[in-house]
Amino acid sequence: MASVPRSFLLLSVIPTILILCVDFACCNTGRKIGDGLDTDFSGFSVPLEHSFEVDDVSRFRMRGALQLRGGRETSVSLSQSQLSEEDRNTLKEVAAVDGLYKIRVPRVSLTDRQTERQMDGYLTAFVRACSLVESHLSDVITLHTDVSGYLIGVSIVTIPGACRGTEVEDEVDLEAFNTTLTIIAPTNAPQPETALFIERMDIEHEKRGKPQEQKSFFAKYWYLILGGAIFLMASSSAQPSAGGAEEQQS
Amino acid sequence: MGRYLSMKPSAKMSKPTSLFVIFFSLFVMSEAVFEDQVGKFDWRQQYVGKTLFAHFDSHSQSSKMLFLATDKNIFASFNSRTGDLIWRHVDKVGPEGTIDILLLHGQDALMVVGDGRLLRSWDTNMGGLNWEAMLDTGSFQAACFVAIQDTVKHVAVLKKAVISLHYLSNGHQKWVENLPDGDAVQYQAVYSGGEEEVYVLGVVPNSHLTIIAYSLEDGEIIKQRSVEAPWLSSVESSCVVVGQGMLMCVDPATLALYTLPIQAEETPQFNQILLQSLDLEVSPSFQPVLVSSQPHPARSPLSEFFLQLGPDHHVLLQLNADGYTIAPLRDFQPAFLVSFATTGEKTVAAVMTPKNETACAINLFSADSGRRLLDTTVIFPLDLNGGKPHKLYVHAFLKKDDSVGYRVLVQTQDHALTFIQQPGRVVWTREEALADVVTMEMVDLPLTGTQAELEGEFGKKADGLFPMVLKRLSSQVTLLQAWLAHLWKLFYEARKPRSQVKNEVTIETLSRDEFNLQKMMVMVTASGKLFGIDSKSGSILWKHYLENVQPNAVFKLIVQRTTAHFPHPPQCTLLIKDKDTGLASLHVFNPIFGRKSHIALPVLPRPILQSLLLPVIDQDYAKVLLLVDDQYKVTAFPSTKNVLQQLQEMSSSIFFYLIRSDQGNLSGFRLRKDLSTERIWEVVLPTEVQKIVAVNGKRPNEHVHSQGRVMGDRSVLYKYLNPNLLAVVTESTDAHPERAFVGMFLIDGVTGRIIHEAVQRKARGPVHFVHSENWVVYEYWNTKSRRNEFSVLELFEGTELYNSTVFSSLDRPHLPQVLQQTYIFPSPITTMEATLTEKGITSRHLLVGLPSGAILSLPKMFLDPRRPEVVTEHSREENLIPYAPEMPIRTEWFINYNQTVARVKGIYTAPSGLESTCLVVAYGLDIYQTRVYPSKQFDVLKDDYDYVLISSVLFALFFATMISKRLAQVKLLNRAWR
Repeated sequence: MASVPRSFLLLSVIPTILILCVDFACCNTGRKIGDGLDTDFSGFSVPLEHSFEVDDVSRFRMRGALQLRGGRETSVSLSQSQLSEEDRNTLKEVAAVDGLYKIRVPRVSLTDRQTERQMDGYLTAFVRACSLVESHLSDVITLHTDVSGYLIGVSIVTIPGACRGTEVEDEVDLEAFNTTLTIIAPTNAPQPETALFIERMDIEHEKRGKPQEQKSFFAKYWYLILGGAIFLMASSSAQPSAGGAEEQQS
Repeated sequence: MGRYLSMKPSAKMSKPTSLFVIFFSLFVMSEAVFEDQVGKFDWRQQYVGKTLFAHFDSHSQSSKMLFLATDKNIFASFNSRTGDLIWRHVDKVGPEGTIDILLLHGQDALMVVGDGRLLRSWDTNMGGLNWEAMLDTGSFQAACFVAIQDTVKHVAVLKKAVISLHYLSNGHQKWVENLPDGDAVQYQAVYSGGEEEVYVLGVVPNSHLTIIAYSLEDGEIIKQRSVEAPWLSSVESSCVVVGQGMLMCVDPATLALYTLPIQAEETPQFNQILLQSLDLEVSPSFQPVLVSSQPHPARSPLSEFFLQLGPDHHVLLQLNADGYTIAPLRDFQPAFLVSFATTGEKTVAAVMTPKNETACAINLFSADSGRRLLDTTVIFPLDLNGGKPHKLYVHAFLKKDDSVGYRVLVQTQDHALTFIQQPGRVVWTREEALADVVTMEMVDLPLTGTQAELEGEFGKKADGLFPMVLKRLSSQVTLLQAWLAHLWKLFYEARKPRSQVKNEVTIETLSRDEFNLQKMMVMVTASGKLFGIDSKSGSILWKHYLENVQPNAVFKLIVQRTTAHFPHPPQCTLLIKDKDTGLASLHVFNPIFGRKSHIALPVLPRPILQSLLLPVIDQDYAKVLLLVDDQYKVTAFPSTKNVLQQLQEMSSSIFFYLIRSDQGNLSGFRLRKDLSTERIWEVVLPTEVQKIVAVNGKRPNEHVHSQGRVMGDRSVLYKYLNPNLLAVVTESTDAHPERAFVGMFLIDGVTGRIIHEAVQRKARGPVHFVHSENWVVYEYWNTKSRRNEFSVLELFEGTELYNSTVFSSLDRPHLPQVLQQTYIFPSPITTMEATLTEKGITSRHLLVGLPSGAILSLPKMFLDPRRPEVVTEHSREENLIPYAPEMPIRTEWFINYNQTVARVKGIYTAPSGLESTCLVVAYGLDIYQTRVYPSKQFDVLKDDYDYVLISSVLFALFFATMISKRLAQVKLLNRAWR
């Protein structure tokens, strides 16, 4: 166990942080179990599983537990353990053959807690194992819900996302996940902005509608008279046009 | 069209060209067609659909009218000499508008519409509606004219439980009676032979027949009889009325004819006549069919009738005067189709018999004797690429010498109508299958021989310097020759009057024009007939009928190899999938000539879920088509060794997605080396909340010229151009106006990542949407405000690009910025598509098909989520239109001016060789082809470009410089001498 760094021995870390809907928080190592868990926490926990195999056949194992709380302020937090040495080696091997690292969560409803109805099936997402390794396990997991609070999708990306083929020497980098967790509900698409437009029109109308001082007829319409005169002159001197084809692309 | 300038604005429409943009926007505003341009670049073809009923106008001898009622709920009149449409009435789509029956009497055409909902009378001359009467509820059974004393004054309509009599003159109901015992008895036929009674025939299947006689005057039941008929199951399919009110039925089980006098006073009995006794034999497992004719509603039907004994076996029989015996007149075998026709007092029977492989002969026979009439043979050419004859409509007339002449309309299985006149001349053909185009593609025409040779030079392997030079020289010489020949032709034709020069487009002379404006439209119709149509003229260049296509088949047309790979012919593949079983078959053909190609097709024993065209090409330059079956196994087509090897190498980068809308399930797969697949992501939209109604990716042939948009402060906002992005539209299961919503999901098709998720509250479908570049435009119905609304979503990466060289879905960790704006649209729409150009420089327009048949070309500029609510210096600099909640519809934006396209179903856009020009085909009931210039024709010289002026100015300047130079020299010399 010489290669195992100290931090592993110190604690089997389970990070937990509460976050609000559409906010996110980093789940760093360094907190003890149950640190952020209140006793009256009405949320529930669902497993977050992951799979990475050299032969690309999915075998999901436990990665951590998602603490979900529905209601008005949907929040989510994640507690996860470190990767074992065996896992680290597998992950590196998978990364070497450009395999995939997959995660899955069961389909649940955040609001429909009374029925406790767990729908069958899982939501799955993946990321290239090499990018996970190269980013030193810094991943961003996003949970998507629909309007009624069902989980509909999960996504995982790593930052940085590229695979440049850089070797990860230090084993420490592959021990604990540095996860950013977000939960996203659908946004409301905008309606036509009629109210604002009408308001603006009214303001413009008012501006325009200010009483002007009385001017004489010529002072008021001199441009029309001038324009008419010019037009009359022009039309009397101009020759008749030769048809539509000429105007066509002018 | 004048001369084209090959210059395109090379400047990116980005930084320094805001002036340019303003310029374009001014152009955009003034887009319309001038009167002298009408029909120059566009054409429209009108169709009616599959014929259900056809009648010739027998009102007057010289009438050229032909009346059709079709399955597309259309009542139309054609000119029988030319096949042109005279008028057409397009009714509602669906069962509400179905035409149940069309009866013609004199100048009145009677029609029952919508399963007995309405009774209409049309004036056949003008096509105007005489009157319309609402009928009582109940499904339609039968209708017939009722005459008294040789004049037709009424029409009787039989419904499931009720019979009504209407006046022919105004549609008023004379009487209506409930049918007795309507639950047990199925009333199926109504008959009137010109007497004071109307007979209704009903049947209790396999038990007895009921005959009820109603008084014409007041609808009173005069008599009611019940006749034992345990063998009878349906009057409609197995009985006709012949002679003096004799009901003739055929029973396939006992192989016998049964006769029964309808008007008999006492309780009648069926009289059985065994077919055997007439020396007739029915083909095994064939349901015999009776055909009779009632030439005039005021008189009883003919006593002659046809009995069909097999698919190509008919017998003409006669009911003898005693009413109980039958005499065979003539046996027709082989004979495909038979039909009666009457003119004056003469009734003839037309019989179609096969002649040889490529033709059928139609002959006339005297109905009362069965004798063949001399000189009445016409030949119907059988198209090998068409369907078999399906129905005959005969128009007989008396010639001057009192002999019978006729014209005949033949309907084939592929819905085509062919009109033939004596002696054996095809007058016109209408391809009515085109009324239901399902999908289409536009394919470039091939190069001419010389051009192809030049192209071929580059494709071949180099074989030394000297032979290459020789080859180049020889091809240049052939080009020169061709050019000289072309010049000579021009010179020669210039002397001829213009009208004669018009050269017909034939399949042999097809070649690509200079700017690739003429293309081959490959259209797939619901009936399974494929067409190749020249986009310039609209003429059908080839057709191919696929037999055994199920009516509910789904088609997908794929261009596997374009025309660019000479000498390999272009190749299209049609995937035909049965909707119920999912089993698919492939039809591979050459899109230019329509010929079926003889490539070995893959065996597809399992239902196909998804097909995808890969950018991978085999050694013959055909793109590879992957077919995924229900066990997620992949079949490649073509599947040569080369292809399989390439697939193995690329397998880890081939991803695809499957959508099961019934389960709300979207899942992504990756290909493995052994062509099996691996599920890598899964998104589930619970079906209790919302259902997926449509999914759309981007078009693979779309080019985006500029990576970003230049903003007012000269910084660049980069577009999020994800080629794998899918737009998924959902509708809520809850239909309550307050809670209904439309969901718009943008999902990456490779990683399954939900890029954006928006919900349009209080909205309902049908949703029409277009997904292109970095934007999605969708239209929906606002349930609260009760109006149609347009919404536009645009995706931007921001002011910095994550990776400017290449886009990879696997490496784009940041979500794009999404901007959205919504507008009110003052009209419902039926379909929507975006214009497409060669390089994507030209600004985009949306082509919107409206229910009125107009096609609106809406500038994308109006659908821009960055339209400011308050105008600022920056927004003015960027040339953004200030936000207005209502989207305008300007009549000059209608690209099809008055050429409305009835029931627009789809719009297809294709780029041409000119960047400014986009080819548009709108199809529905009609087909309309035109060109649009979203940014005006910036790369084309005007028609009236003044070459003389320009060149004279140039010459004048040139000479002026020469002269002034000379003068300057002289002056200098003089000064030097001084």
